[in-house]
Amino acid sequence: MSKTYYDSGDLRKFGEITTWSEELGNKFFDYYGKVFEEGALTAREKSLIALAVAHTEQCPYCIDAYTKDGLQRGITKEQMMEAIHVGAAIKSGATLVHGVQMMNKVNKLEM
Amino acid sequence: MKKSLQARNNDLANTSRQLEILSNGIFAGDGLPTFADKIRETNQFPLRPKKLEILQINLGYMCNQVCAHCHVDAGPDRKEIMTIETMQQCIEVIKKTDAHTLDLTGGAPEMNPNFRWFVEEASKAGIKDFIVRSNLTIIRANKKYYDLPEFFKKHNIHVVSSMPHWTRGKTDKQRGNGVFDKSIKALQMLNDVGYGIEGSNLKLDLVYNPSGAFLPGDQMALQNDFKKALNNDFNIVFHNLFAITNLPISRFLDYLIASENYEEYMHSLIDAYNPSAVENVMCTNTISISWDGWLYDCDFNQMLNLKVNTNIKHISEYNEELLQNRNIIINQHCYGCTAGAGSSCQGVVA
Repeated sequence: MSKTYYDSGDLRKFGEITTWSEELGNKFFDYYGKVFEEGALTAREKSLIALAVAHTEQCPYCIDAYTKDGLQRGITKEQMMEAIHVGAAIKSGATLVHGVQMMNKVNKLEM
Repeated sequence: MKKSLQARNNDLANTSRQLEILSNGIFAGDGLPTFADKIRETNQFPLRPKKLEILQINLGYMCNQVCAHCHVDAGPDRKEIMTIETMQQCIEVIKKTDAHTLDLTGGAPEMNPNFRWFVEEASKAGIKDFIVRSNLTIIRANKKYYDLPEFFKKHNIHVVSSMPHWTRGKTDKQRGNGVFDKSIKALQMLNDVGYGIEGSNLKLDLVYNPSGAFLPGDQMALQNDFKKALNNDFNIVFHNLFAITNLPISRFLDYLIASENYEEYMHSLIDAYNPSAVENVMCTNTISISWDGWLYDCDFNQMLNLKVNTNIKHISEYNEELLQNRNIIINQHCYGCTAGAGSSCQGVVA
């Protein structure tokens, strides 16, 4: 069996991080749970944001988790893909906007 | 159209094979906890019935659809149909039962040639809530069924219909090409005779079950999404949405194994196990009767051929008192009814 750095089974063990630092682990999970409750944003909107961020962070665990979460909430694949494009647009925009810095530097250095 | 597992001679058409899979593999030895292990933790073993409320009668496995997830393995090629003699035995039981709800299911129960006679006779018994589980497309399948909405109305039938999603793509993928459009038309016909209207006594509820290897989300949130989409897109109204978990048996088990989702799905069910759902699982208030009159704890046990654990196992010898003193037969498929907010033919239970 091939070994990889990521094991999908590890996602189910996420809760175990509290065993080596109970207080901080519990505070994190309390916070995490609270963040995803219905609030000014719906739980469905939060799920789509999480899916987009999961992609920009390239976290395979989060991608699995929030794809499944989206399906459970009845979110369509078209909606999920649009959310990912939002993340991708910000990610590429964030790269490209640094082009202005490059241009500034070029303009400063060149005669 | 696809064929049933039985018509394809699929290994999983054999209920013993299904039980072998559910009892071994990941549940063998020190593997995942069995359902019995889980309910022992909260002193709920053996699972026992409470007051009988629902008689669920399966009028046959014949259906005009071959849905990918069907736990009945129903389809046009299934010939098991309840005879009028067994129906008469059911009527005798309905007359004297303490249950307040009669729930007719299938297959497509309307395809039983004696369906209308049975509804008329059963209606006379004064059942409080008389449910027919209609797949909707049967109403549009043939001219002889076009008047079903009027027939349902005449007998004050509570119509419960499957609708896996408010989009065509997701619905047709699970239930077959063209099902969405026919279902929409059938819902409009039901609305036209007064079903599903706010404040109306003509109850129209929808059943949502996930179109894949994942669990249903929050029932109320899904209901709101369904109501909004069906009303905006098609001017359709209904009363309640029941979110039902797919149980890992029959065609859905076949799908889980073929798509290599079985282990992950079982993990999901166990991770979402909710002990408070155990108290209200439907086998605690229901008796399921098969097309040939055998008695079961629920429709799922019926499809696994797990008859009630009493000396009396057939409608011809029906004895409610004896049935109330039985232990309910469980296996790992029961995790499907206790995940999250729980699941039953009436939706969430916790």
